Amino acid sequence: MSRLYTVDAQAVAAERAFRAIAILALVLPLCLLALLFGGTLIDGFSRLSFDFLSGFPSRRPEEAGILPALAGTMALMLLTAAMAIPVGVGAAIYLEEYAPPGKITTLIEVNIRNLAGVPSIIYGLLGLEVFVRSLQMDRSLIAGACTLALLLLPMVVMASREALRTVPRMYREAAWALGAEKWTGIRRVVLPMCLPGILTGVILSLARAIGETAPLITLGALTYVSFLPTSLKSAFTALPIQIFNWTSRPQAGFHVAAAAGIVVLLTMMLLLNATAIVLRMRLQKKVTW
Amino acid sequence: MPLLALMLACGGNEAPQTKTPAAIPTIKVDGSSTVFPITEAVAEEYRKAGKAAQVTVGVSGTGGGFKKFCAGETDISDASRPIKPSEVELCGKNGVEYIELPIAYDGLAIVVNPKNTWLTSITTEQLKKIWEPEAQGKVMKWSDIDPTWPAKELRLYGPGVDSGTYDYFTEAINHKEHASRGDFTSSEDDNVLVQGIAGDEGAMGYFGFSYYEENMEKLKLLPVDDGKPDNGAGPVVLTAESVQNATYQPLSRPLFIYVSKKSLERPEIQDFVKYYLAEAAKLTREVGYIALPGDAYGRMQVRLDGKKTGSVFGGKGSQVGVTLDTLLAEPSAAPAPPTPPPVPAAPEVAPAAPAPEKK
Repeated sequence: MSRLYTVDAQAVAAERAFRAIAILALVLPLCLLALLFGGTLIDGFSRLSFDFLSGFPSRRPEEAGILPALAGTMALMLLTAAMAIPVGVGAAIYLEEYAPPGKITTLIEVNIRNLAGVPSIIYGLLGLEVFVRSLQMDRSLIAGACTLALLLLPMVVMASREALRTVPRMYREAAWALGAEKWTGIRRVVLPMCLPGILTGVILSLARAIGETAPLITLGALTYVSFLPTSLKSAFTALPIQIFNWTSRPQAGFHVAAAAGIVVLLTMMLLLNATAIVLRMRLQKKVTW
Repeated sequence: MPLLALMLACGGNEAPQTKTPAAIPTIKVDGSSTVFPITEAVAEEYRKAGKAAQVTVGVSGTGGGFKKFCAGETDISDASRPIKPSEVELCGKNGVEYIELPIAYDGLAIVVNPKNTWLTSITTEQLKKIWEPEAQGKVMKWSDIDPTWPAKELRLYGPGVDSGTYDYFTEAINHKEHASRGDFTSSEDDNVLVQGIAGDEGAMGYFGFSYYEENMEKLKLLPVDDGKPDNGAGPVVLTAESVQNATYQPLSRPLFIYVSKKSLERPEIQDFVKYYLAEAAKLTREVGYIALPGDAYGRMQVRLDGKKTGSVFGGKGSQVGVTLDTLLAEPSAAPAPPTPPPVPAAPEVAPAAPAPEKK
């Protein structure tokens, strides 16, 4: 009779073990990040100041600042986002909502998946040939942004499609049943529901893209720039390139500057990711229609 | 959705900023990572001196820099070795004429771990025994070079094979550019070499003077004996002086900038290069290199004013033991640009040539 109430000791042990592994999997990367961030913060702390953020590069490590690189990275980020996000989200909406299932659609889908896995340096080579040389954009901000936008595009499409898929089909059907056009249904029902998901995915991809060094180096982004980008055709440098240059210098002071630069870059990324989380929470609360 | 619009608007906001006309002259420099700190220092001072022109400096390596320079994409090319035949040809094809200006010396330091007790100096012959291509797989212990040295494992560290440093060292020691054993730890970042040698008792390696200077306490510098008494008998220690007075041979090398003759027509380029030559002596030492001796910079200004194009190396790339006099001599006109760019002559030749064919 008491059978009903037996506890399977083995199952409990397995449950606990899995829980421990899961926690470990969570804690380990967090620890690594903390270690990395903490380590560089200690190394670079002495250089972190307003002067560092607003200074220009210098041969004297203690005077070297990061402003042109910071401005370059910000401008790149804005331009890249402005190009990749509308196109990427649009493509995702088309593929998910409009595209008739068939060979061509499958082909496009497979291609996008593959593109998302292409090493970033390949995008750099593509950008060099297409934007810098063929389209004669020179080694300008716009050429850099176009290259990073290409790199970002497949990631945006994939993230947006995942988000669109989380909206159950019945919501769309309900909208149509009420007489809504297809686009109206998407705009008023589907998008508001999955916007948090889209934004999170998009911002996370963007954070990855701005940390990329390889495509910018292949593209021929400059190392010493002592002015801020004023136009799309401006020459530019970016944080990863400035950091890369400082780490390879002989003077120890430059290594400290590099550590400070890494802290700036990591902080920017963490801020971006935090924005993603905040947006997600705020938007999720607001979904009403 | 409104956020998407916002993102778009942000991008749109960039555009109005771009309206300012690009009237500020820019000076484009690219090339060697070795020369970069010098050009950076000059550009920095140039900006502080309140000059209007904007200087940009890229780091594509000496070879990568020449590719852009010979395509007419840059005004000045930083180079840690003289221009090579293939590059002379490329420049000639595109009608890019250049003025070669040596701007500093660099010494290659031969270093071992401080725990290395069996070496106080080294000869170029011994270096060749260690680094020549034939040594690969054979010279693996210190005792393989000299039986009186311990039978400790020999571990080698050197710069990446695309660097000018590697080109020069192989030419100077193995007498053939790019000929070296391949089984050594190589890195584009010389700091990696420093770390490697500092932590490895059986290590030996080579890299530029500035990396030794910044890490003196972690490394042991070996004086080098080239077996020729005329430039100082016995082993010579690498110092700023021994490089400058040409006794540290054959591992001292000149560094250059190449200026496009066409770009020199622009006043800002002329001004910048002039400034470069005037400040180089002071700034090179500050960033870890060695200034040219005597009135070298003055004579380079004369070469610049005279727009003497071509290379004193005859476009043959790295050469060893080049004296200051050769460096500062008249650039040989003969092999400089193989086809003197026939810019004005071309229209005359072009229509004339196909004409007989048509008949």
